[in-house]
Amino acid sequence: MNSLLKTVTISIIFSILITSVLAQTQGMVTVKGGVYIPLYGVDSTAVKINSFLMDVHPVSNTDFSIFIQKYPEWKRNTVKRLFADKNYLMLWETDNTLGDQLHPNAPITNVSWFAAKKYCECLGKRLPTVDEWEYAAMADEHITDARKKETYNQYILEWYEAPKSFNNTIGSTFKNYWGIYDLHGLVWEWTMDFNSVLISGESRKDVDKDSNLFCGSAAVGASDLMNYAAFMRYAFRGSVKANYAIRNLGFRCVKDIDIVP
Amino acid sequence: MKSTIILLFGVCILFCSCHEEKKQEEQSHTIKMEKENQPISELSIYNLPSVWTTQNNKEIELKELKGNVLVMVMIYTSCKAACPRLVADMRSIASQIPEAKKNNVKLILVSIDPETDTPQRLKKFSIENDMKSDQWVFLRGSKEDTREFAAVLAVNYKKISPMDFSHSNIISVFDQKGELAHQQEGLGVNNKETVSKIIELAH
Repeated sequence: MNSLLKTVTISIIFSILITSVLAQTQGMVTVKGGVYIPLYGVDSTAVKINSFLMDVHPVSNTDFSIFIQKYPEWKRNTVKRLFADKNYLMLWETDNTLGDQLHPNAPITNVSWFAAKKYCECLGKRLPTVDEWEYAAMADEHITDARKKETYNQYILEWYEAPKSFNNTIGSTFKNYWGIYDLHGLVWEWTMDFNSVLISGESRKDVDKDSNLFCGSAAVGASDLMNYAAFMRYAFRGSVKANYAIRNLGFRCVKDIDIVP
Repeated sequence: MKSTIILLFGVCILFCSCHEEKKQEEQSHTIKMEKENQPISELSIYNLPSVWTTQNNKEIELKELKGNVLVMVMIYTSCKAACPRLVADMRSIASQIPEAKKNNVKLILVSIDPETDTPQRLKKFSIENDMKSDQWVFLRGSKEDTREFAAVLAVNYKKISPMDFSHSNIISVFDQKGELAHQQEGLGVNNKETVSKIIELAH
């Protein structure tokens, strides 16, 4: 009897252990690594991406509410101005609650880069790099790289023109080749190294390739002048600052895949 | 039974780790806060918790620089194009600060290439460029902390080849509280405004 009890206890604990490990990667899928040429790359040559896990959905309002309850220093009334400007969580009804205006399942927006970064870190994750994000986002429903497809680019550009898509709920756009939703069609997303975009010397100006403003500016030419949608994303990244909280800018997290030796 | 205990312990670690980390963070934070007389202001860079290594291989937190006027630039030592000019700009600024105010001003060069720029390398660079006095501080941190610091300064940078980076050429001035007071953008620009801001702040 005693040994039976022991077995049961151990198996229960094991299942808790497994689910808690799973919980950390729940809602994530693997993006298989590869080589691709980003719009702005290292001397406009191919970039190697290692396989990584990416959140299937952008972080929702509900997800973020849970986070700020656990980490109250990221509430609207307590966050430091260095880390988030006055638009941070601006549309929340109170410092703690979303209110009726915001759908619990809509993507969180009006969050700064610092807040997004911290959120991911607290889940043992991180923000994707620009290269990782662009790599995952060039897939449509069927193929890993749909950048040459006219219909695909058309879809993205039409979304850029569509108003207020941030009110829609997560998972409401298409599921891409990797099983990831909403990379296009809902909100724009923070990346870890958004400030690696060198469109001007100071991130808020739009002078191109001034060799007095950049060291090595000759190397930052674009590789694919047809990819207008990507241009817009890079330009947007180049124009924001880390404490900006913007109405149509959210985020999702990624995680490195632990390589078993 | 022993294995059960170990497992339980494992479960606890999995569940509590982020929370524990936070507690420790809070604790060490409060201890440090008590050390400081004044609270850190909202916009101060001293809110950043990152730890950096200097050219003398000493570990420091940014807030240890509190009370000084800081003149900051981000560079990397193997740079051949803009950095020598940025460094020259920094030296030019330094030379225009009156002797009486020099003790209140720190000139700080932060590496954007922490992998290559070891403390030894930074030390060598400081000697070669005649930046040997205590006034000059070279900092290197983790890749993540460097990215975060650049985000605060609105400095953009990107690795463009194994040896080279593209980066914004910005010199920033911070007041005694660690708040951004002035930024000068570009190379070889007139630094009169920057210098007068530093002199005005340093007292």
